[in-house]
Amino acid sequence: MPGVEGYMYPNEVSLYWSVLIVLYPYITGLVAGAFILASLERIFHVEAVKPTYRLALLTALAFLLVAPLPLQLHLGHPERSYEMYLTPHRTSAMAMFGFVYLWYLMAVLVVEIWLDFRADIVALSQTTTGWRRLMYRILTLGSTDVSERALHIDERVGWFVTLIGIPSAFLLHGYVGFIFGSIKANPWWSSPLMPVVFIFSAMVSGIAAVMLVYMAMMRLRREPIDMRCVDKIAQYMMYIFVIDFSLEMLDLVHRIYEADESFRSLNFMVHTKLWFSQVILQICIGTIVPISLIALVQIVKFSEKWRKAIYVVSGSLTLIGVLAMRWNVVIGGQLFSKSFLGYTTYKIALVTREGLLVSIGLMILPLVILAVLVKILPPWPEKSAVSLPAPSVGD
Amino acid sequence: MSVFRNAGHLFRLAAVFVVGTVAFLVIRAAVVPRSFGEYGHYRGAAISEIASLPLHFAGHQTCETCHTDIAKMKSAGMHAHVNCEACHGPLEKHVKDPSIDPGKPDAAVLCVRCHAASAARPKWFPQVDPAQHSGGIACTTCHNPHNPVIAAGGSK
Amino acid sequence: MKITRRHLLLLLPAAAVAWESVLAGTPEQSPNYTMTEHWWGMLIDISKCIGCGNCVRACQEENDVPDGFFRTWVERYHVDDWHITEPQVISPDGGKNGFPVAKEDEGKYFFVPKLCNHCADSPCTQVCPVGATFISPDGVVLIDQTYCMGCAYCVQACPYGCRYIHPTKRVADKCTLCYHRITKGLTTACCEACPTGARQLADLKNPADPIHEFLKTHSIHVLKPEMATNPKVFYNDLDGSVR
Repeated sequence: MPGVEGYMYPNEVSLYWSVLIVLYPYITGLVAGAFILASLERIFHVEAVKPTYRLALLTALAFLLVAPLPLQLHLGHPERSYEMYLTPHRTSAMAMFGFVYLWYLMAVLVVEIWLDFRADIVALSQTTTGWRRLMYRILTLGSTDVSERALHIDERVGWFVTLIGIPSAFLLHGYVGFIFGSIKANPWWSSPLMPVVFIFSAMVSGIAAVMLVYMAMMRLRREPIDMRCVDKIAQYMMYIFVIDFSLEMLDLVHRIYEADESFRSLNFMVHTKLWFSQVILQICIGTIVPISLIALVQIVKFSEKWRKAIYVVSGSLTLIGVLAMRWNVVIGGQLFSKSFLGYTTYKIALVTREGLLVSIGLMILPLVILAVLVKILPPWPEKSAVSLPAPSVGD
Repeated sequence: MSVFRNAGHLFRLAAVFVVGTVAFLVIRAAVVPRSFGEYGHYRGAAISEIASLPLHFAGHQTCETCHTDIAKMKSAGMHAHVNCEACHGPLEKHVKDPSIDPGKPDAAVLCVRCHAASAARPKWFPQVDPAQHSGGIACTTCHNPHNPVIAAGGSK
Repeated sequence: MKITRRHLLLLLPAAAVAWESVLAGTPEQSPNYTMTEHWWGMLIDISKCIGCGNCVRACQEENDVPDGFFRTWVERYHVDDWHITEPQVISPDGGKNGFPVAKEDEGKYFFVPKLCNHCADSPCTQVCPVGATFISPDGVVLIDQTYCMGCAYCVQACPYGCRYIHPTKRVADKCTLCYHRITKGLTTACCEACPTGARQLADLKNPADPIHEFLKTHSIHVLKPEMATNPKVFYNDLDGSVR
């Protein structure tokens, strides 16, 4: 059998969850992380991160819209996926995910964005013409009430939605972790730490993504980057990253020390097939290097130029590291036999439905959606037609 | 109703959600298969659909209703508990239409599949090294597969 | 044929009728069979298995199993006395065409036929998001292939590697315990084709079934009992090294 070492149960030779299922937790993770960054400002009053608040919300929406696509593409019968909503199986983590996703998309993110941008939407519906005017008028839902009292109500309701949104974001991504962590048949997945590790790595990746998007957009718009804001974001990212890394190492140490029946098999896998993606990419390049770089910034006074460079490098490495983590979980969990007697190989195809090109497309798509969203709902304060509270810094 | 003053847009938003939920419930009621939930959280009719899949192996009881002579010979020998289709393959087609000739099984392949000596087989099971045992002569020259003991009648 | 709007309107009633039959499903096929009177399982006697592969071939012929995938397969274990928990296992093409001849040497050999364990607490049916796989009232784990969306979550959840995604139907597939046979009073294709009686279909709700006497008088094991799946495929004479 090509690509097989030792003994695999015959049905295990080909992998059933491909690179698309790697992207799915990665993308939902970015959503949860971006939303939690946005809520920092609103609930915990971290003023410094305010410049990224609306951008973080739109980033979360853009990625959330794409999140179910890799799932759809990997299904044998995508046309039957509506059954998840019609006859959800109560004991299935995956079925419940459909509802958690819908709740998060419709009840949290869309409502929060609508409330926050409503004044802009109303203003735009009066200043634009043609189809754009029609679009904004539909978005106003026929109400042009932007009186001070109405906006005050929106602010209060929005605050409450954000408050619900934080546990929802945890739920959304914790659930993705539970989908893997609850599979007792698979020792590489089965761990109560899995949802927690997923949430923390999600926050790290989402924060890194918003930070990079913010820096990139500021550069495109030829505007100065608010360094106080980026410094703060990087700091938060480092703190959460340290927690995430500690949890991941706790899981690893626990596995090594307990050394149960699966250990020999998994240990061999980590030292061979996953050596590059797990040890080199995920742990060294994707975790230790970015944590160390940002920690260095906290100790040594770097110039603004250097800090920017460090943030871009560590942000990018973080994104790569978290993607590698998803890969190691999803693909790694299928490379060894449940008999613990052998290993198979995963070869990613190029142009198939579950291939590399589709994956790259799926990673670019949220950025395209984000570009469109930013055009429709400009998150920049000076572009909005109604006066908003003056931004704390920058511009 | 001063509490609700300037909150009209929120009610419009709520209305959108209510309409969406109602539409979902209506579609759900129309589209979920009737037998879903009959026995549990699945389509009850699926059970009878699976039960009505076509047969390929007829079962030795069916063979024995016509081939009484073979059945009798077989029941006296070492292969009494080896069912007809274990060697002859699936023959439901032949039952439906007896004019379909099942053909003769290839003894050269079949006998050794079970009886070629291997350390992996249980010791109680009769095994031979084919080359040594018959020197290339077909098994059926001496053994009747329906009752393989040589004294019982030899080739047929 | 070009379908105009007028055609479409004419087609609608027909489509509605067709959809109605889809919703209703096909009627009961085995009128003399009462599901609640049975609780199916299987007995596998390792000491009788000769590794001929008849069961694997019979299963593929009866159930149209695609090449490279297996509803049942046979493994050959080789355990030497210095590595009692590290068996060497092979299953060339699922054991479909038998096994290479083994020469007498250190250690022991034996064959282990595998199939869906029709677990009473099956993790695969637990995780199915839509209710496309289920335990029937007579204890058989089945798949509604017209409802399955092919997410493969059940494949991941099975500790025994008994499930796969059918390459052309693109839905989950596995052993049905020949449900279309046992509901007609026949045995499964694998049991029918087994020359030594190493595989026996068992109805645990039938007090006359010899399984009861056998379970009482033999040392019986199930696969991966630590998974707490409550399997209904019982093994006699199973070695501890079997995974």
